[in-house]
Amino acid sequence: MEKTSIDINKPRGLHQYQWEIFLIVLFLAVNVVNSFLSPYYLTLDTFVSTPMNFLDKAFLVLPMTMIIILGNIDVSVGSIVALSSVLMAVSYNAGLPMPLAMVLALVVGTTCGFINGFLQIKFKELSATIITLSTMTVFRGIAYVILEDRSAGKFPSWFSFLAWGYIGKIPFILIVFALTAIVFAVLLHRTRFGRMVYAVGSNRTACEYSGIRTDRIILGVSMLAGLMAGFTALFLTSRMGSTRPNVALNYELDAIAMTVLGGISTNGGKGRITGPLISIFLIGFLNYGLGLRNVSAQVLLIILGFLLILSVLVQNFTDRPASISPKKLSAPTHRSDAGDGSDIHENSAQGG
Amino acid sequence: MQLQVKMNADGSSGGGGNGRPQSSEHQSSSLFSSLVKRLTRNSEAFRELGLLIFIVLLAAIFQIRNPKFLSVANIKDLLANTAILSILAVGMMMVIITRGIDLSIGSTMALSGMVTSLTVSANPDISPFLSLAQGMAIGLAAGLVIGVLVAYFKILPIIATLGLMNILRGLTYLISKGKWVSAYQMSAGFKNLSTGTTFGINNLILFVIGIYILYTYFINQTRTGRYIYAVGSSPETAELIGIKRKRIILLVYALMGLLAGLAGVLWVSKFASAQGDTAVGYEMNVIAATVLGGVSVAGGRGKVSGILLGSILFGILANALPLINISPFWQQFIQGLVILAAIISNVLLQRRNDRLTLKKRVI
Repeated sequence: MEKTSIDINKPRGLHQYQWEIFLIVLFLAVNVVNSFLSPYYLTLDTFVSTPMNFLDKAFLVLPMTMIIILGNIDVSVGSIVALSSVLMAVSYNAGLPMPLAMVLALVVGTTCGFINGFLQIKFKELSATIITLSTMTVFRGIAYVILEDRSAGKFPSWFSFLAWGYIGKIPFILIVFALTAIVFAVLLHRTRFGRMVYAVGSNRTACEYSGIRTDRIILGVSMLAGLMAGFTALFLTSRMGSTRPNVALNYELDAIAMTVLGGISTNGGKGRITGPLISIFLIGFLNYGLGLRNVSAQVLLIILGFLLILSVLVQNFTDRPASISPKKLSAPTHRSDAGDGSDIHENSAQGG
Repeated sequence: MQLQVKMNADGSSGGGGNGRPQSSEHQSSSLFSSLVKRLTRNSEAFRELGLLIFIVLLAAIFQIRNPKFLSVANIKDLLANTAILSILAVGMMMVIITRGIDLSIGSTMALSGMVTSLTVSANPDISPFLSLAQGMAIGLAAGLVIGVLVAYFKILPIIATLGLMNILRGLTYLISKGKWVSAYQMSAGFKNLSTGTTFGINNLILFVIGIYILYTYFINQTRTGRYIYAVGSSPETAELIGIKRKRIILLVYALMGLLAGLAGVLWVSKFASAQGDTAVGYEMNVIAATVLGGVSVAGGRGKVSGILLGSILFGILANALPLINISPFWQQFIQGLVILAAIISNVLLQRRNDRLTLKKRVI
């Protein structure tokens, strides 16, 4: 595909897509099982309409792919969705015209993403994990402060078109998602920015020494994540018709699980967007099928948890070279080494 | 009160003197200058004193806003409420020292609490100590799974614990079939674990004292305890000097699980109710108390005394907000801000410390 150092050591041709083929086989298996569960399952309608149930959170998977390729994790996206959605609803109810309220949701999302990115580049000693963990609490906290235990809604009727409308026979959300996915695929695999994302994910220090503005890349990706969280907020709110501070709970888990299942290595610097795109549909249809069997939401949690851990396990086994690289001790690469040795000593001297 | 005022005075002048490092000429008493020197040299003592001052200030403000705050009843209440948090903070400290994180403890607590309370409701005669052992065994098992995944299968701690968080939470719902175990189904002995008193002291506080003594000894005085710091401070070096890094990491998560299992039993016994959503999100409180206590998320740093202060401070915040009429919906927001402020101030303190270390080398 691309002529880059990352792809040089990889086998060419179909072998390169082993993981995607594996996912497609899984996807087919899920659908075969589903079609046994319900005689009405195997229709074109199912395949066109079912995605409406899960595509809202799929928007989060696109930037999460970039974030994980960067070698980071973002657990705050679910909270950003909640905050954007709540602010949109509240500002609409306060008299803002709906189109402006929708723009506001996107702006709020992007701003939250900017805050995440800004903290990451200003405080390089801190891992993205701990930063997004705290902003996750802050963002959802703001949503609770604004709306407390109420819900907000009463949107104009056209707003439900976002999640429930069709253009011709194809759901509107599917079209928007397809377009966004193409934009992200091009961005990641065909632009300078995309190449830099891989480069920073492979070796941030080397990138800095070779003059790449790693800060900008990290900030850009964080803002993209925020923007996409805003998209998710729009479609999710439209699907549900109203919003509460506890919407999109655990969406970060879904997004991370789908991305990692899609073959993006948590060691960073590796993976293609095609894998996550397939795994969105794989997990979506899996959930749908389990819903057909009346499996409870709690079991879905268990399955998702297992899938997340299993896919990382499988990757770590197939991914030997990456796991030997120094990246595995990744988090605080920027920590100064001065005084490290003496710290142990210091601690023991005054322990207690 | 006398003591607190004295501390406050000492502390604030100490903090002020700190701004101009190494300038001891114009300090009158030698004791005072040695204190300042000690503080400028030692950021951890500095931040602990800062925490203490902050706690005193906060207590003073709350006391002015609501005179009931420093009543004996409320202080007892506060300590009992902080007990479980501070028990978990010890485990979290060790995990964070090794550069890890554990998001699964809320779910571990729920599972351990649910299983033990179901057992108690089926066999009311069972000894409370057996329940404790049962809860701890469940927690230990969960912790071992995480430890193996992180240490031996090289899964990022956040991913492994995020996965386990959901698996364990789902298991809790499955085992309870969505039902609650309520007070009347629990034996008096079981409820007594957390609510009873021994020698006039609340059992929960006795648990805390016991665990803190044990862990202070373990972390500071045993070889394995020091290895935890070594592994967190520099994993490569630790491995090079022959420390079994993987075993230490496994141990840390196992101990975290053990404490979470214990805390789950205490939690259920305290609130006399086990639910599917017991302690949802409690891991964030624990992480907040831990980083507030000066445990560095970059690994290798943290002290038992620090997290005790961090837990008390966080406990005061949680206890006092309702007392001064702040809506409970602010709690999550404030909690998030506290974590953010704590980790950022940790970084800034560390940078300052590094700068001072560099300055010392100037000839």
